[in-house]
Amino acid sequence: MRPEERGIFWRGFLDCAPFIIIVVPYAMLFGVVARDAGLAVYEVMAMSVLVIAGASQFTAVALMQEHAPVVIILLASLAVNMRMAMYSAALTPHLGHLRFWLRGVVAYMMVDQSFALSVRKYEFESRMTPRAKTAYYFGTLTAVAPIWYVCTFAGAVIGKAIPPMFSLEFAVPVCFIAMTAPMLRSLPHAVAALVSVVVAMALHWMPYNLWLIAAGLLAMVAGAQTEFYLKRRAAG
Amino acid sequence: MISQETFWTVTILLGLGTFLIRFSFLGILGDRKMPEWVMAHLRYTAVAIFPALVTPLVLWPEATGGTFDPQRLVAALAVFLVGLRLNAVFAIVAGMGSLYLLRYLFG
Repeated sequence: MRPEERGIFWRGFLDCAPFIIIVVPYAMLFGVVARDAGLAVYEVMAMSVLVIAGASQFTAVALMQEHAPVVIILLASLAVNMRMAMYSAALTPHLGHLRFWLRGVVAYMMVDQSFALSVRKYEFESRMTPRAKTAYYFGTLTAVAPIWYVCTFAGAVIGKAIPPMFSLEFAVPVCFIAMTAPMLRSLPHAVAALVSVVVAMALHWMPYNLWLIAAGLLAMVAGAQTEFYLKRRAAG
Repeated sequence: MISQETFWTVTILLGLGTFLIRFSFLGILGDRKMPEWVMAHLRYTAVAIFPALVTPLVLWPEATGGTFDPQRLVAALAVFLVGLRLNAVFAIVAGMGSLYLLRYLFG
């Protein structure tokens, strides 16, 4: 790295540093919850290293605990990660020049925070060189990605020491609600969430957790349709 | 108990699938544009799945044998309201905190 790139790398690191406050408890909670579900420490770590996407890991653990069929678990947890296809598309004009294996690294570690910061930075400073863009992206990653591993491990190790009276299993829905609520600041998102809850309640009798897939699909369509409707109305 | 077979099948395929989602445009599709309606649906995937996943966990929790527990519903609403106003960390604290408080007050 050249000196000026080193500066941009640390800029990215510092910009992402405030998110450490969120990643630490979130990663630890995953470790605790996964151990509570009966996974061994090395299994918890295997999951955090192979998947490195908290929301989908929580989803998978919750559904495995309910003994949902593997296909349903995969559909639901991959659906949660589909938003990252949007991230990938948005990063391509900026990082698509990298060598194939480096694009692989960019993809492996792509997380919400580093995506959001990087795209904002690239748009704000249109004269950034491709090398500077790369340095910035990896700076943001360095602030949060190692913490994800370390704190999952810490959570997994201390997890079993927390007595059942603390109802830690309730931390799973609490975490999901906490992740979802801040997203509901636009009408289409709120409509999607509402449809999701109503369908889940109405179809909960369905076998193999199929109600989850039904609710997800209908809610997704409801969100997109609301967005199209609002656009049409704004266009007159 | 989660069986070894289920765990490893899910973990390996979820890891692979998640990587392919992240790598999709960067490594495979490049600058090709997707139709707007596809991108619009992608925007709502997370917000479509989470509420459905949470609903039975709040209304019919396994820890109570599936019977409705008003304290959990109140705690869930507390998380929701704090999350809507502030952020995820405060929301988690508010949720677990209100559950413990209700337990302490009403047993």
